[in-house]
Order: sequence, then C-alpha cells, then structure tokens
Amino acid sequence: MIPLSAYVGLSFILFMTGLLGVLIRRNFIIVLMSVEIMLNAANINLVAFSHYLSSMAGQMAALFVIAIAAGEAAVGLAIIIVVFRGKIATNVDQINLLKW
Amino acid sequence: MIYLLFGYFATVSILSGIFTIALKNPVHCGLSLLSLLLHVAGLFVLLNAEFLFAVQIIVYAGAILVLYLFVLMLLNLKTEEQYLHKKYPFFLFAGVAILGELLILVFQTPYGGAKGVATPEVVLQTRPSHAVGITMFSDYLLLFEIVGVFLLGAIIGAIVLAKTPTAPTAGADG
Repeated sequence: MIPLSAYVGLSFILFMTGLLGVLIRRNFIIVLMSVEIMLNAANINLVAFSHYLSSMAGQMAALFVIAIAAGEAAVGLAIIIVVFRGKIATNVDQINLLKW
Repeated sequence: MIYLLFGYFATVSILSGIFTIALKNPVHCGLSLLSLLLHVAGLFVLLNAEFLFAVQIIVYAGAILVLYLFVLMLLNLKTEEQYLHKKYPFFLFAGVAILGELLILVFQTPYGGAKGVATPEVVLQTRPSHAVGITMFSDYLLLFEIVGVFLLGAIIGAIVLAKTPTAPTAGADG
C-alpha cells in the first residue's frame, strides 16, 4: 500500500513546477499550460484523499475541477487570440494596459 | 508491482512537468504536457478512480490539449531567444516563499480524518462509474447544474472574444 504522503508529495512537486512556470515564462500559452499542471496537481491530491478516506467527495471535486479547467482553457485561449491579433503584445510581460 | 507502477507514473509525470516549463519550443511543451496528463491518468487508476481516468484522457488529453495545439498552429509563435520573464529572479524569490509556506502546510497535515462510506469494496460492488453517477446526481446535483451554466457562459464568452471583428456596415454575415 503506497502511503498517502507519497501522493501528497508528488502533487506538491507538480504544483511547484506549475507555479514556477507561471512565474518565470514569458510565452502566453506556456503560462496557461503551467496553470493546467497546477490544476492536475490539485486533482491528484483530491483523488488521493478521496481514496484513502474512502469517500466520493474528492472524486466529485476533481471532476468539477476538470470542467472548470476546460472553460478556463477556452476563455484564456480566446483572450490570447484577441491580444495577439490586435498586435497588443507577443509576450506576457508586455501586457501592461491595466498597470497603474 | 503497485510500487513499481507508482514510481513510474510519478517519475515520468514530474519529468514531463519540468520539460513543459523548461523547453523552448511551445509545441514541445504541449507534447510533454500531453505526457504529463496521460501519466496522471495512470495515477488515477492506481487510486481506484476509473471514471476520472477516462474523463482525464477524453477531456484533458483529447479536448483541452488539442485546443492548445490548434491555437499554437493558428498563432505561429516563434521560438524566442529570451524565453524567460525579464524579472524572473524576483519571481523565483516569490516562488521560494510560496514553496516554504506549502512545505509548512504539507508537514502539518494530519493525513487522516473522518472515513466515508465508499470503501473500495462497496464501490466495486456498485461499479465505479455507477457510484460516481449516483453521487453526482444526488448530493452534487446543484453543483452539476451550476457547472453546466458556467460552461455555457465560457463557450459564449470564448466565441464573442475570438470572433473576427467586422465593420458595422459590412452587413450581418456573422
């Protein structure tokens, strides 16, 4: 039986990977991909706790997380297309329209 | 055997995660994200979540990743010389701070709690997908409906955003 802490550690490492990707990459699409990595890390955590506490609640939460991720990907990519087509910016650090 | 499988899935998913944020070419990043998603799906099988395994492959690897690759194809992004953020040492520092906070949380977790009723034997007796469906359409029905409305809003928002802007006098062709 694999200990629960192994799954929590794995999801921790994956979450940190995704967070680093969001923080240091310049490319729009790779930032969104890093968000997907973070959502997957959260899913692993939810499903692992659902298995070890023998409850369905974690699996339900993971299903809803996947649905939200689909919506987030669609809207995020649409925003990327608008920004890119309007020649506003080609990288994340060039978007400063809302900067004060 | 299960240790071997867990080790394989965990190692490959961590490696593909690192490749996803470290490779320069966006298409290569997308492909290593695909590998990460498939191996996370394998972890779901080890955790007795067969329905989530199928959903992960169909929705994530099948729909979301294809969306990413389509946008990459449409935008034709060049691989740039400077692919890291200009102020990335500052953000690395922020990342280390969040890492410390998460470590404290991980070591304080009791790794336990109130046990539920859905033990693996019960779930196996009622079939995994059946158990997921019964739970989703009884206890989580309201959330399910809200997610449906949310997805409708996301679709409409994405279409409105990505629609090609036409001149107002060009007529109603869209």
